[in-house]
Amino acid sequence: MTVSTYARARAVAGTVPDPEIPVLTIEDLGILRDVAVDDRGRVHVQITPTYSGCPAMDAIRADVVEALEREGYAAVTVELVLSPAWTTDWMSEEGKRKLEEYGIAPPSPLPAGGPVPLSLSLRCPQCGSPDTRELSRFGSTACKSLWVCNVCREPFDHFKSI
Amino acid sequence: MTEHVRYVLALADDVLVASQRLGGWIARAPELEEDVALANIGLDLLGQARSLLTHAGALEGEGRDEDALAYFRDERDFLNVHLVERSHGDFAATMARLLLLSTYLHELWTALLTSTDDTLAAVAAKAVKEVDYHADHARMWVLRLGDGTEESHRRMQAGLEAEWPYAEELFDGSYVDAALLETGVAVDPSTLRERWAGRVVAVVEEATLTVPTSRPAVTGGRRGIHTEEMGYLLAEMQHLARSHPGASW
Ligand SMILES: [Zn+2]
Repeated sequence: MTVSTYARARAVAGTVPDPEIPVLTIEDLGILRDVAVDDRGRVHVQITPTYSGCPAMDAIRADVVEALEREGYAAVTVELVLSPAWTTDWMSEEGKRKLEEYGIAPPSPLPAGGPVPLSLSLRCPQCGSPDTRELSRFGSTACKSLWVCNVCREPFDHFKSI
Repeated sequence: MTEHVRYVLALADDVLVASQRLGGWIARAPELEEDVALANIGLDLLGQARSLLTHAGALEGEGRDEDALAYFRDERDFLNVHLVERSHGDFAATMARLLLLSTYLHELWTALLTSTDDTLAAVAAKAVKEVDYHADHARMWVLRLGDGTEESHRRMQAGLEAEWPYAEELFDGSYVDAALLETGVAVDPSTLRERWAGRVVAVVEEATLTVPTSRPAVTGGRRGIHTEEMGYLLAEMQHLARSHPGASW
């Protein structure tokens, strides 16, 4: 096996979109943890959930297998690993940029060691105003809360920092 | 069944049954946002339960997976506390229960971060962040209702009085095998009580409510003895899987 075999398998797995936020790939989200290819070409992929109950994991698992099989990998296994626990800091900068473009306020960086801070203010992804407020701490999925902009009046999702 | 498996099952059943109960609020909560909130909290707990049940099945080594353990055990095999199986009652009672439970779960998962059972420690590391958020959600409702109108205060106090006697079972460590404590797999829940009480009492007082002085309820969940309400809950949770074994969708 060569490094490029590994890199290619990783790249293929990494293109799988998140079923609930399709502008992000699982690589952007930081939930693609590891891809290993053995000398017989078998691929073992490790993914990690954002939240314990994330209902998208089964779909992601199936999509990863399908994407790799389409590229000619025959024996693909996907393992769900919990440790170390995913945090929003694993989301790539590219991922955060795409989220904002999509209309979801990205998570703020976590302070080292401390508790998650109160969000003082979020920038509205529609008009850029910092004058926003939280409508509900639970949004359309476990990873998001619901906000509204006081200036342009648009509601928007916020990817919570955990 | 080893004591280790029984311990993991007890942890799993608490969150599984709590999740099933919370799901019953969908489309019945006082506002749409609350439907979404309780569904999300239930989903987090279900995720924790799935990991724990899978782990219990693997430890047992008899080929039972999460579905076998959730759908094909009978009532007497469930080891959850009575607090989580109680029927909804008033919304305020559900919020009281959520406050008591998620504050306990936060202490539990914090303590299990250093469990020598690596899977338990991994589940704890994910779960601890989730239940902290749940406790905070319950806290906001308890404050809003307790320190709200005369009517909301009365009902929040009544909800607290109704649930309080069932909290004590969470801290009864007699079901935890001494060897599991010695090897650092498990935590003795009675050691969590003081920090739990500190946090809960602070919320109750901030909400201008009174800490109940009622005696603990007679329970037996850790021995598989349940209330009448548990049978109905399991019937609803299990009937599809039992009527159509092996069905998938
Ligand atoms: Zn705006």
